[in-house]
Amino acid sequence: MSTPYAKLPAWADYGLIPLINLAVAFIVAGFVVLLVGENPFRAAVILVEGAFGKGTGIAFTLFYATTFIFTGLSVAVAAHCGLFNIGTEGQAYIAGLGIAIVCLSFDSVLPWWLTFPMAIVASALVGALWALIPAYLQAKRGSHIVITTIMFNFIAASIMVYLLVGPLKPAGSQAPQTRNFLAGAELPKLNWIIELFGAKIRSAPLNVTFLLALLMAFLVWLLIWRTKLGYEMRTYGHSPKAARYAGISETRIIITAMMISGALAGMMALNPVMGDQHNVAIDFVSGAGFVGIAVALMGRLHPVGIVLAAVLFGMLYQGGAELAFEMPAISRDMIVIIQGLVILFAGALEHMFRPYIQALFASFSPRSVGMEAVKGKGA
Amino acid sequence: MAQAAIELIGINKSFGAVRANRDINLEIARGTIHGIVGENGAGKSTLMSILYGFYQADSGEIRVGGKPASIKTPNDAIALGIGMVHQHFMLVDNFSVLENIILGAESDALLKSSIAKARSELERLEREYGLEVDPDAIIEELPVGLQQRVEILKALYRGAEILILDEPTGVLTPAEADHLFRILKQLKEQGKTVVLITHKLREIMAITDNVSVMRQGTMVATRETSKTTVGELAELMVGRRVLLRVEKGEAEAGAVKLAVKNLTVKDSRGVTMVDDISFDLRAGEIVGIAGVAGNGQSELLEAISGIRHAVSGSVMLDGKPIDLTGAADPGELRDRGLAHVPEDRHHVGLVLAFEENENSILGYHDDPRYLKGPFLNVDAIMADAKDKIEKYDIRPGNPRLKTANFSGGNQQKIVLAREMEQDPGVLIVGQPTRGVDVGAIEFIHKRLIAMRDQGKAVLVVSVELDEIRSLSDRILVMFAGRIVGERGPEATEGELGLLMAGVERQEAAL
Repeated sequence: MSTPYAKLPAWADYGLIPLINLAVAFIVAGFVVLLVGENPFRAAVILVEGAFGKGTGIAFTLFYATTFIFTGLSVAVAAHCGLFNIGTEGQAYIAGLGIAIVCLSFDSVLPWWLTFPMAIVASALVGALWALIPAYLQAKRGSHIVITTIMFNFIAASIMVYLLVGPLKPAGSQAPQTRNFLAGAELPKLNWIIELFGAKIRSAPLNVTFLLALLMAFLVWLLIWRTKLGYEMRTYGHSPKAARYAGISETRIIITAMMISGALAGMMALNPVMGDQHNVAIDFVSGAGFVGIAVALMGRLHPVGIVLAAVLFGMLYQGGAELAFEMPAISRDMIVIIQGLVILFAGALEHMFRPYIQALFASFSPRSVGMEAVKGKGA
Repeated sequence: MAQAAIELIGINKSFGAVRANRDINLEIARGTIHGIVGENGAGKSTLMSILYGFYQADSGEIRVGGKPASIKTPNDAIALGIGMVHQHFMLVDNFSVLENIILGAESDALLKSSIAKARSELERLEREYGLEVDPDAIIEELPVGLQQRVEILKALYRGAEILILDEPTGVLTPAEADHLFRILKQLKEQGKTVVLITHKLREIMAITDNVSVMRQGTMVATRETSKTTVGELAELMVGRRVLLRVEKGEAEAGAVKLAVKNLTVKDSRGVTMVDDISFDLRAGEIVGIAGVAGNGQSELLEAISGIRHAVSGSVMLDGKPIDLTGAADPGELRDRGLAHVPEDRHHVGLVLAFEENENSILGYHDDPRYLKGPFLNVDAIMADAKDKIEKYDIRPGNPRLKTANFSGGNQQKIVLAREMEQDPGVLIVGQPTRGVDVGAIEFIHKRLIAMRDQGKAVLVVSVELDEIRSLSDRILVMFAGRIVGERGPEATEGELGLLMAGVERQEAAL
């Protein structure tokens, strides 16, 4: 007989638990701040104000969030198919190559609104192809996707270093990066949207890729919960045996899911490359792929959750930078520790408080038990 | 009646809004075998889990040997002399019998002295209760009947005076079950108290002294076994009269729909699981495949339904071959009219994390009825799911409910509704009523016979001999991958039981 199991209402499942996890992460982080001799409350204020207090801060926060939406979606799509894509980092990095080829070829002749679609396709294609090889090895040879995607991160990094210090570097330049793109490959900023609300922005990299990220979040939702392909991916993700029984080809579904995941990872590169730096530089992904894992987990693999989690991590990045600036005792490394704590509590220890909260709900609110209120949740 | 070994007084236990046990009063007399029957979800296992310290009762009192007892953990229960044999054995497969028996009851930091002590104690127990097992055998090399014996020995080694057995015969051959019953009777004669949880009324009648019936969390009756009947117990369990054996007319077997010839299937380790099997399945008949679990029935079903690849042989569906290379598309077989209700509905037939409506199209999600281009036609899927819910009386009737929240019987109905409503020519069903309650069993059996009467060919594989005998027009018995006999529905249980045990190997199996 199955153990009776208390279900949580959706708002608790998708709202309360992440908030509690987050609060605990901040409390622990507060102790860390205390330990280095700073006031944790002032630190929290600086962090939040740095991220949301001024127009510039908001724009930076959303710029970082854009990056994390892509990588979070990438991880989530693979996860719905039961695959742990740790290769988002490498897929995004190598996709910079696709963007470089498009931008360096066309930035002098085409306007941005023609370069951009081509770059989207190129980045998605390169990211997808980079994910194809581990996917094929998993589907046909049983090589574990976690291992192969990690390996492919290193391969991607090495290839990019080779290209950026060699063939892609302009002659005579000392910096390991491509030449700067011309206006035809510079994406328009979105700062005016924030300025509509009366905030002032000095200079911030928020650009149209943000809108693309939101569009992709919607398309991922559509894919996962409203298409036959998404249905098949979820079936395989929950139970490979059931998928086999249902006539879903294992090879096809693994390869398709991983290529979509790789394509989303690849699109992440558009944001820093075309939206901000206007060149492809060494290590421009700088860990965003791994942050995507935390974002996807914290967002419960749902696009809405992923967008919210991405904004949170954007806040940590932007607010953290302000914090390091305002509080000399808190170095850049401290910020990484705080981010790590959030990842730890929101991602890895996601289920730590769940049993207690379930017990609490079961005793106070019997009606919530056994009811599944939210539609279309696969995870 | 002798002094009570256990008294439960006013036990209540709720899981949220679900009242798993309400005001349970139960007295189990010392030195008796006491049966507890009830449908799935009636609260039997919850009650026993409270007694064994897995759960705490919300209110009520437990008395062991007349004294109030507080049982907070299984260790408390063991200290009070209560032992439990679980439905799924709690043994470490690659440990020896002795190592398993001392597990958690090691008397010393060093194993050697514990083992030596256990060995002499074990010899005494084996002598006393006729529970022979080689103490140095490795668990995974023992047949299930012997593994169960190790579980019983484990409980006795810990000084159990009261032994709780949860569905102990589910995995046993009839002969092994008989042997278990002899052991239980011997334990009783030695003064032990046995609590037997089961849904098999026949076993209750055969072995218990008293029987308590549970329904929807309440204890509805306790009877002296000699003064009750199977019919009365079934009625008490379900709350209404139940047909224990479905009525059916003569089969009118027609053309051969499925022809299996010299089929051989190996498992991933290369062990031959299906060995040169041939049989025909005709329209308008139900063929039942009997056998103890693990004798190749699962592999046979999987090969026919295109999930598992076969080494040699052929399967013809309506005269055309089925691809047995493992590259077969089960979707294509569905299009050709082969529907399959798999044995394992939790991992194969359903995706438990899905909503009910999503499961009602599993395997048929390619059907244009459920699609709008690449998109799912949510309205059509919902309408279809509601239709099936009504037709098959699936409860609760909410197509948005997560499948894991349905009871076993209703989950099985979801699968059956999906497969039967596609109007297949051939229906193959593995364990049609495993983990399904009595009321739903009746419904499912009637449906299967209705399929037969519509001229469909139905192949049923079940480890429940009663079910096979009640449904089948022809019975094939599988043992060690081969079909060792074919009998009519009039075959006696003893006759089939001998075939299932492989006759000549019967002695070795015990």
